[in-house]
Amino acid sequence: MNFFPVFVYFILVVGFAGLMTGLTLLLGSLNKHPTPDKLMPYESGMIPIGSARVRIPIHFHLIAMLFLVFDIEVAFIYPWALIFKSLGLMGVIEMFVFIGILLVGFLYALKRGAFVWE
Amino acid sequence: MSDLLVTIIETIIKGAIVIGVLMTSFAYMTWLERKLVGRFQLRPGPNRAGPFGLLFPLADGIKLFLKEDFVPVGADKVTFFVAPLISIVTALLAFAVIPIGPTINIFGYELHPIIANPNVGILFILAIASLGVFGIVLAGWSSNSKFSLIGALRASAQLISYELAIGISIISVILIVGNLQITQIIEWQAKNVWIVLLQPVAFIIYFLSALAETNRAPFDMPEAEHELTAGYHTEYGGMRFALFFAAEYINIVTVSAIATTLFLGGYLGPFVDQFPILGFLYFALKVFLCVFVFVWIRATLPRVRYDQLMSLGWKYLIPIAIAWLMITAVGVVWLGGSAPK
Repeated sequence: MNFFPVFVYFILVVGFAGLMTGLTLLLGSLNKHPTPDKLMPYESGMIPIGSARVRIPIHFHLIAMLFLVFDIEVAFIYPWALIFKSLGLMGVIEMFVFIGILLVGFLYALKRGAFVWE
Repeated sequence: MSDLLVTIIETIIKGAIVIGVLMTSFAYMTWLERKLVGRFQLRPGPNRAGPFGLLFPLADGIKLFLKEDFVPVGADKVTFFVAPLISIVTALLAFAVIPIGPTINIFGYELHPIIANPNVGILFILAIASLGVFGIVLAGWSSNSKFSLIGALRASAQLISYELAIGISIISVILIVGNLQITQIIEWQAKNVWIVLLQPVAFIIYFLSALAETNRAPFDMPEAEHELTAGYHTEYGGMRFALFFAAEYINIVTVSAIATTLFLGGYLGPFVDQFPILGFLYFALKVFLCVFVFVWIRATLPRVRYDQLMSLGWKYLIPIAIAWLMITAVGVVWLGGSAPK
């Protein structure tokens, strides 16, 4: 039952957001004068050249990969932190090993220039 | 069955209040921010509509509702419509597990001023908050505008980078408290001290990362008006644009509320035990203080470069957060039995 109120609240929030967009759809269409120029994607007043779905720099992909690795590590640390007090000294030592391995990967990424932005 | 009905009705009432308060605070935060930034720059700020310009949010709202509704050519229609909804829904949803005051007794009925109190409260907030990035990415991608795409790319890289720092800085708090339930964390602080006194480094890391997570200056690269005109919401207009803004401001309130709850003792303060109603006031005051600092930082600092932003996140905040985490762990073990439970 812990999450049941969240579900009710979720429905409420979606309803509210839907109402807001619905209202702007309704009121915004009262006075509609679309022209080709107005509907053009904004590009500082120039006529857009080509599609906007262009190839993206590989660096963003790299950041995403690193995020995945580190986020999973963080997700592993959460349960450890939760029962930490009952683990005692062994818990700390094991976590030092875990973080040490994590650090090697981090240093490797650092040395290979993953965080250097051109 | 009647229990279920009571829960549903109670949640609807509480939810309506939370949504109302958050939307009002969004409207008045736009006013507050313009006013404060104006004062910081030695100009009066908005002062035309109503006393002290207090009616500006209302005027803005009416204007935005009546704006012509259009979708740019080549936009992915469904995604274009759904993106602002994702943003606002995640922003509002994250507030569900934050207690805004102590439990109060109204005519024998115990009222918990929190929508839901799951035992994984903090994880819930982190999970919902990280869903918010979808709204931004989808908005930028679906608009078919290069400015939007660049804004969305920057936003996604920035948000996921700083999410790590936030996650790790919160773990330090969990280490001390040993519980993920938010009400338990406040109770721990009631018995001992405010966690900010034990975890100053974690608090600073959390606050810096929160600035980046909410796309606030000096980390407002996804919007960077002078380079990207508005970033991911360049092509949006009317209320759909306003929903993005609402999401951003509500996120500021939410991260301030989390900072208040985890580090600054939540609703705790003098005389709360005798007069629980004071708790709401303390909570609001602390959140307001955090929000004020957000605006203050925006008015003071220039925007950093993108490479500076990424290197601050990855080369400094995350390693420092991990180091602080280990120091905390050693400290908790060192103090052992004498450590506050």
